[in-house]
Amino acid sequence: MKYIIAVIQLDRVDEVLQRLEEKEVHLVTVTPVLGRGRQKGVAQVYRGNKEAGSLLKKAKLEVAVNNQFVPATVEAIMEGARTGNIGDGKIFVFNMEECYRIRTGEIGSVAIG
Amino acid sequence: MIRAVKKCQFWFLVAFIFSVILATVVAADTGAINGSAITSQSSSLEEIADTPVVSQTVVQKVKKDNEIDTGDTAWVLISTALVLLMTPGLAFFYGGLVRKKNVLSIIMKSFMCMALITMQWVIFGYSLSFGSDIHGLIGDLSWFGLRGVGLAPNSDYAATIPHQLFMLFQMMFAIITPALIIGAVAERIKFSAFVIFSLLWSTFVYDPVCHWVWGVGGILRNTGALDFAGGTVVHINAGMAALAAALILGRRHNMVLHVPLPHHLPFAALGAGLLWFGWFGFNGGSALGSNSIAVNAFVTTHIAASSAGLTWSLIEWVVNSRPTMLGMITGAVAGLVAITPASGFVNVIGAIWIGIGASAICFLFVSVIKPKLGYDDALDAFGVHGIGGIWGAVATGIFATKAVNAGGANGFFYGDAFQLFVQLKATAITAIYSFVVSFVILKVLDAMIGIRTTCESEKIGLDLTEHRESAYTMLE
Repeated sequence: MKYIIAVIQLDRVDEVLQRLEEKEVHLVTVTPVLGRGRQKGVAQVYRGNKEAGSLLKKAKLEVAVNNQFVPATVEAIMEGARTGNIGDGKIFVFNMEECYRIRTGEIGSVAIG
Repeated sequence: MIRAVKKCQFWFLVAFIFSVILATVVAADTGAINGSAITSQSSSLEEIADTPVVSQTVVQKVKKDNEIDTGDTAWVLISTALVLLMTPGLAFFYGGLVRKKNVLSIIMKSFMCMALITMQWVIFGYSLSFGSDIHGLIGDLSWFGLRGVGLAPNSDYAATIPHQLFMLFQMMFAIITPALIIGAVAERIKFSAFVIFSLLWSTFVYDPVCHWVWGVGGILRNTGALDFAGGTVVHINAGMAALAAALILGRRHNMVLHVPLPHHLPFAALGAGLLWFGWFGFNGGSALGSNSIAVNAFVTTHIAASSAGLTWSLIEWVVNSRPTMLGMITGAVAGLVAITPASGFVNVIGAIWIGIGASAICFLFVSVIKPKLGYDDALDAFGVHGIGGIWGAVATGIFATKAVNAGGANGFFYGDAFQLFVQLKATAITAIYSFVVSFVILKVLDAMIGIRTTCESEKIGLDLTEHRESAYTMLE
């Protein structure tokens, strides 16, 4: 079992969700986040005072999958989120210790999907 | 459709339409429509019935020349402030409908119209619109910088209020008209391009059309076209420019999977409320006096907005099985747009039908026809103001009656089919002129400075890239 976190461009979320759906990965959590990468943020000005904007709005996707789904999931996010520009984001893959489905009490691989 | 028949909301819609038809028939029987109920008002206006008159200038009580009436002045002063409030109202209406990264860009454009068009109007816009006529096409520059526009009344336009007040009241219309176009160009026009466009558009489109319809000697005014408070000048005019702008700008990026959702519908409702409130000044104030025509316009304005809001909700309830808040306020605004040219010429029953027609036609256009055509009129500036405005201008030719306003005309229902033809002609001339000139202005601007923001800037949002600020913070 793996836990996959991806930080991507906000406007690529729909595309990525569509591709995940095509690969039969249906369970995703999406959060709006602020972050900083090599792209840097946009400075803001309030009544003449310049605020160095160092953070950009991004979307964070979190997906828990069984091992055989990992390549498909990564591929879907990669294809959906890539524009070729700086700021397209990153994908992080973690080992996952355990997974419980609260409603039934099921444990492990069966509880994920 | 068969399933729809089983629903109570379907029968609600049927009952509503049926009761309006019943009311129309009863009113016709008792003669209210034919004017016996309002003879006192008609008689006071008979003195001016012979002169061919149009719109805002029609309904002046004939008084001694150049005598200021305190009641008239008080009402037009208040109306002027009411109409000004519509532009920030529009900013909230549109602002709530865009994504949160673009809300400030919408509000900023609205306030820019208030500041910029005020200057344009004072320096030469008012003179181009209402100055001495040149071949029926445009005013001259005799009132450049408001020279000679003083506190004494001008009997050509409003004999009982100070000339400067008439100038200011008209200014508010000049401000909101380019602001209406923001709805079509939302989320993707360069701010600099919008500023130059609104200035050029006011000068080459609004001012001439305003002169044709309302200026003494204007070509449409002389044909007898009725436009009480600006259905042609404001709504059809802005609606057609909006269509031209949407076509030239193209679709927003990344709309393949779904249409961007409104970020704050309560804002949109607040804006719609301010618009409805301000519209009493827009239409009621266009009587340019505190008189029975002002009250008629006030009453029909409110009734048309209500009947249109109710109709849109019921249509949605039947067609989509749920009535939406956005549908209700869109319907109300469509009704307000449609009643604008008619408000001083139709009675209560006419207002109800105009409201029903506005929602039925705009709903059909916005949710059925527009998606098939594929252009991106982001907030339906054309769908509501253009289409609603055209329906209003036509409906004026159908429902207008001299029983309400002896200075007006009888429409199709009151025995004069010719008025309908006059209305259609004025609509067509305005629509074609506005579309063509707006198209040319935008094409030239596009070639010179580019009118669309970069794809990158559209992604980040215009608030940050065009104005260096954001409406909402995420961390604190």
